[in-house]
Amino acid sequence: MSPYLQLIAAEFRRQSTYRLALAAGIFTNGVFGLIRAGVLLAAVEGAGGEAGGYDARSALLYVLWGQAILGMIPMWGWNEIADRVRTGEIAVDLARPMDLQTYWWFRDIGRAAMQFLGRGLPILVLGSIVLQVAPPTDPLVYLAGVIGMVLGLAINYLCRYAMNLISFWTLETQGYQILYMVGVSLLSGFYVPVHLFPDWLLAIAQASPFPALYQYPIDLISGRVTGAEVFNVLGIQLVWLAILLVLTRVLTHFGARRLVIQGG
Amino acid sequence: MVEDRVLSVWPTIIAARIRSQWAYRVSFLLNAVGSFFTGLLEFAEIFVLLSASPVYGGMTLPEVTLVFALASLGFGFADLVFGQMDSLPSFIRQGQLESFLTKPLPLVPQMITSSFQLRRLARVIFGAVALVVAVQFVDVVWEPWSVLVMVGSVVFGFAIYSSLFVLAGGCQFWLINGTEFTNAFVYGGKYVGQLPGSVMLAPIRVFFTFVVPTTVTAYLPVLLVLQRPGQEVLPSWLAWFTPVFAIWSWLLATLVWRAGVRKYTGAGG
Repeated sequence: MSPYLQLIAAEFRRQSTYRLALAAGIFTNGVFGLIRAGVLLAAVEGAGGEAGGYDARSALLYVLWGQAILGMIPMWGWNEIADRVRTGEIAVDLARPMDLQTYWWFRDIGRAAMQFLGRGLPILVLGSIVLQVAPPTDPLVYLAGVIGMVLGLAINYLCRYAMNLISFWTLETQGYQILYMVGVSLLSGFYVPVHLFPDWLLAIAQASPFPALYQYPIDLISGRVTGAEVFNVLGIQLVWLAILLVLTRVLTHFGARRLVIQGG
Repeated sequence: MVEDRVLSVWPTIIAARIRSQWAYRVSFLLNAVGSFFTGLLEFAEIFVLLSASPVYGGMTLPEVTLVFALASLGFGFADLVFGQMDSLPSFIRQGQLESFLTKPLPLVPQMITSSFQLRRLARVIFGAVALVVAVQFVDVVWEPWSVLVMVGSVVFGFAIYSSLFVLAGGCQFWLINGTEFTNAFVYGGKYVGQLPGSVMLAPIRVFFTFVVPTTVTAYLPVLLVLQRPGQEVLPSWLAWFTPVFAIWSWLLATLVWRAGVRKYTGAGG
C-alpha cells in the first residue's frame, strides 16, 4: 500500500476509536440542527414564505446538510502544526521524507472520511426522519454535490493549514485564530446562509474563499444549484483551490526558512 | 479566623492571574478583540435574519437586539466567572484535578480561578453596548417594575448560565472523550437564550424553558416589559418565575456536580 493510502487509513482508524466523541458530535450537531431549523424557518415565514431563494423545504435541507458536513469540514480548532512548532516536534515533521503539507493533507482526508461516515450519515438519516424533509431525487445533484464537497474539504484544509503556518513566524497565534474563526463562521454561510446576506455583506463573502468551503457544497448537494449554474459554482471552487495551493506553497517555502526550532 | 484567612486568598489569586495575562499584552489585546468580535458575529446573524424578515418571531430588530443584549450580559458574566469549567476534561486527563483536591480550598472556586480570563470581559462590554443602543429604539414601559425585571434578567441570567457551566463540568466526570455532549445545552442554551423563543420548534422551546431554562434569561422578561402576551408554552407571565428557574437549574447543577466529584477516582498523576 502506498504511504499516502496508509496515512489515510491510519487516520481513519484513529478517528474511529473515539466512539463516544462521535456520538457526542451527532447529538450536539443534532440539537443545534433543531435550533437552526426553527431559526431559519421563522425567517422564511416572516419574509412571506420565501427568503433569499429558500422556501421551507430548501431551508431545512440547508440545515440538514450543513449539520451533516460540519464534522467533515470543521472550520476552526485545529492547531496541531502550531502546537508542534511550540514544542519543537515540528523538527521531526520536517525531517520526514514526505512534505509537511502533503503529510497533513492525507491525514485530513482520512479524518474527513471517518467523520462523514460516522457522524455525517447518522445525522442525515436521523435528521431526514425528524424534520421530514424529502431529499432531491435527481442523481446528478449528488454527483455535483460529492465533487463540491471534495473541493470544499480541500479548500478548508488549505485555509486551516495556512493559519497554522503563521506559527512559523510568531508563536502567539491565538489572536489570529480567533479572528479567522469569526471571519470563516460568518462568511462561509455557517451561521446564516450567504444568500440571505444584504448585498454589501454578500460581496465581502464572495471575495473570500469561505463560501467555497461550506455554502457552495451545501448548495450543490441540496439541489439548490442546478443546470449550467453547477459548472459556475464548481469553477469558483477550483479557482480558490488553485489560489490557495500557490499561496500555501509559497508560505511553506518561506516559513521553513524563518522557522526557529524550540526546545532541544 | 481560618475562614478569614481562606477568604483573603482569593483576591490574591485572581490578581496574580490578571497580572500574568497582562504580561503578554499583544496576545491579551488580540484575544479581547476576538471576544468582542464573537459578540459582533452573533449579532451579525440577528442582523441578517432581520434584514430578510423585518418582523422576526413577532419582534422588530431593536426588540430582538434587546433580547440579545440581556442574554449576552448574563452569559458574558457567567463565562467570565465560570467559563474555566470548560477546561475540566483536560484537568482530569492531566491529573491536575488531584492537585486541586489536595488543597484546603473548595474545588469549584479553585477551578474557576485557575485561569481567570479577563479577555472575556470584552463579551460583556459588547452586550452592554447592544443594550444601550437597543433601549433607544424600543417601546419599553419605563416604570420601576420594568427596570427591575430587566436588571433581574441579567442577574438571574448570570445565575442560570453559570449553573450550566457547573452542570457541564459535573457531566464531564462521566464523559471523558465525549465532552462535546455538554455543548448542546451550554452553547445551545446560550444560542436559544439570545433569540426570540417564539421562533424555536416546539421540543426545543419546551426543553430550553423547563429543563435548561434559557428562554427566561432574556426573551420572556423582554416580552413582559413590552407588555406582550407571549405564545404557546411561553406566556410572558412566566418571566415572574425567573428566580424559581434559577433555583431549579442550580439544584440540578449541584446534584450532578456532587455526584460527579464523588464518582471521580483519579486519572493517575
